[in-house]
Amino acid sequence: MSVQITSPQFKANARAALADAPLQQALSKVGLSFIGRRSAAAAKLPEFEALRDSARDIKNHTLAHLDLYLERYEQQVIAAGGHVHFAVDAAEARDIVTRICREAGARTVTKGKTMIAEEIGLNDHLEAAGIQPVETDLGEYLIQIRGEAPSHIIAPAIHLNKEQVEEDFRRVHAHLAPERNLSEPTSLLAEARGELRAKFLAADVGITGANFLVAETGTSIIVTNEGNGDLTQTLPKTHIVLASLEKLVPTLEDVSQLLRVLARSATGQDMSVYTTFSTGPRRAGDVDGPQAYHVVILDNGRSGMLAGAFREMLRCIRCGACMNHCPVYQAVGGHAYGWVYPGPMGAVLTPALIGIEKGANLPNASTFCGRCEAVCPVRIPLPKLMRHWREKEFERHLTPAPQRYGLAFWAFFARRGWLYRPATRLAMWGLSRLGKAKGRFAALPLAGGWTKYRDFPTPQGDTFQAQWQARRRAQAQGQTQRGGNR
Amino acid sequence: MTASPHTRPVSVGLFATCLVDTLRPSVGFAAAQLIEEAGCEVSVPRQTCCGQPAFNSGDRVTTRALAEQMIAAFETFDYVVVPSGSCAGMIKTHYPELFVGEPDWMPRIARFCDKVYELVSFLVDVRGMTRVSAAYDGTVTYHDSCSGLRELGIKAQPRTLLASVEGLELAEMADSDVCCGFGGTFCVKYPDVSNAIVEKKAANIIASHADTLLAGDLGCLMNMAGKLQRMGRDIKVRHVAEVLAGQGGDPAIGEPARADTALKQTAGTQGAQA
Repeated sequence: MSVQITSPQFKANARAALADAPLQQALSKVGLSFIGRRSAAAAKLPEFEALRDSARDIKNHTLAHLDLYLERYEQQVIAAGGHVHFAVDAAEARDIVTRICREAGARTVTKGKTMIAEEIGLNDHLEAAGIQPVETDLGEYLIQIRGEAPSHIIAPAIHLNKEQVEEDFRRVHAHLAPERNLSEPTSLLAEARGELRAKFLAADVGITGANFLVAETGTSIIVTNEGNGDLTQTLPKTHIVLASLEKLVPTLEDVSQLLRVLARSATGQDMSVYTTFSTGPRRAGDVDGPQAYHVVILDNGRSGMLAGAFREMLRCIRCGACMNHCPVYQAVGGHAYGWVYPGPMGAVLTPALIGIEKGANLPNASTFCGRCEAVCPVRIPLPKLMRHWREKEFERHLTPAPQRYGLAFWAFFARRGWLYRPATRLAMWGLSRLGKAKGRFAALPLAGGWTKYRDFPTPQGDTFQAQWQARRRAQAQGQTQRGGNR
Repeated sequence: MTASPHTRPVSVGLFATCLVDTLRPSVGFAAAQLIEEAGCEVSVPRQTCCGQPAFNSGDRVTTRALAEQMIAAFETFDYVVVPSGSCAGMIKTHYPELFVGEPDWMPRIARFCDKVYELVSFLVDVRGMTRVSAAYDGTVTYHDSCSGLRELGIKAQPRTLLASVEGLELAEMADSDVCCGFGGTFCVKYPDVSNAIVEKKAANIIASHADTLLAGDLGCLMNMAGKLQRMGRDIKVRHVAEVLAGQGGDPAIGEPARADTALKQTAGTQGAQA
């Protein structure tokens, strides 16, 4: 489904998410499942930190020569019998995919997990063209039947509990026996597998994403745990790979380095269950594979990021570690971010793709705790990039007025020490008198954001600087007096 | 400039931070006492703020002005010590970003940042302090504030010194390295989200069964103290410097001042110097 942008309503989204009990129950598992596994996987591999450096360097090198690698990649895909299509924006990418589907006479297409399809809102577009898209990744299938957007880039249905899934399955799979037992996750899985099996065989086109595109060989690579991607890309007559241009890497050797950090960072696995390499359509003598192989490479604003402050974001390999470790993501989940990419990586990427006017909340909704950067396998300085967005917002006078005036008021004093010191002394004197008896305030004017949920401590009295000076004077006086008595 | 320890004492400029300066001066005095115990001479030059609120709000012009003000006030000292990981991190790791591409400034900034330290890291890593002469009757749990932990690598240092405090027992909480939800202006820009994060932190603090919570950053401490107090929990919250300096008997954050504290404040610390 195509995602409505609700990022400007982040605050309202977050409040709704915090009040959503089943969501909170589902989110409580994010930290438990991902964080421990990632840290165990990293600890097991002595060279893990060195691999992160190497992964960063490979991506930096690729981005520095992206034009050359894109050209080489295109040549190699063509040499292998495939086609490469470059799409400037989402509309062009949708049109290209729809055209290929029409030319293949497609009525249904199966889809492996692809965030680019979410980004361009492909499913709605295909349906409008009379083509039925069928999501085959279990998480994507769940959100498709619920008409939702993914809430996580590698676990799209992480916001759901098994009770909700059972309810949806009973609603959507109405042709199955109503008395069947769906109380166990395994029974839900078996039912989804049964339903999808027929769809795999009936599909005319299979659409997958790509974790990497290899310039050296013209290969696209997907990394999955369910095997659905393989059935999606090998059974239908036509395979379309949807990828954005930063998925390029120079060589297979580079991919093997990146794969060593990807699954460990994402799910804590040494390797994902399936890592599938596709180069062109089926060749003579191949046992399976599509007759036609297309790659659609989406720009959608990314080439603009190459030259600017946000270039480092293009190193992202979409492991999801940043959101798994983010206290804000853990509190509100992915839908609150209001578009396709949530968490810290979304807070940097989303404003670049939908504009800072709509995306401004996202880089602001961070405590800058730095845990995202600490776990990023390609060492993207996510807090720094979020701060860059805040700078852009501030430069363009988009910062909300209360914040802007508050900052200006504070800055006026902070830049004038001779005013700051008496002003803070006076303010602290007043506050310390007012709150003396209790030691704290339950409510304070202009501090509602703080006191809504917490008490505010009463200042101890005079400022540190004033007290320090007073003591120094007293000591100097004492010394003079002692000197005079001698 | 380099220190010449044989001819004169090591000079330390104490940057108290704006929160300590205005709300909890006792942390400043505790810091001064500890720096003196580490054999240094403490000065408190006129100061306001390191600029972090402006920096994280995207206001580079104000940040730059405050950074220049800070450098002018502190660059003559051998060391600049800050009782806050987040303000020390702001100066040490982010000031250089403000002067990139300015050859007149860059070497000066690099020299300046080299001598900036968070308090406990200065005591342990620079001055080689391994113990303090303080006593505290209680079980404490320690929260690792994010900037100190991830920008400056402060984790073992406070625990080393706390282990030497007579009578003090350390009870580690789960996820001590996870953010408390303060985040500077974040906590008032997104109060609902901030609250959800500090609620989890408070639950971990309570589950540790400690009677005292310590950390090295007043912002985080006020956030956690304010939440625990709103929840009606009687857990004392203090800056780690207060306990290390033997001031653990004074009123904790958010507690009313006692009659004797007012007296004490005018009595003066030993050896406070210009």
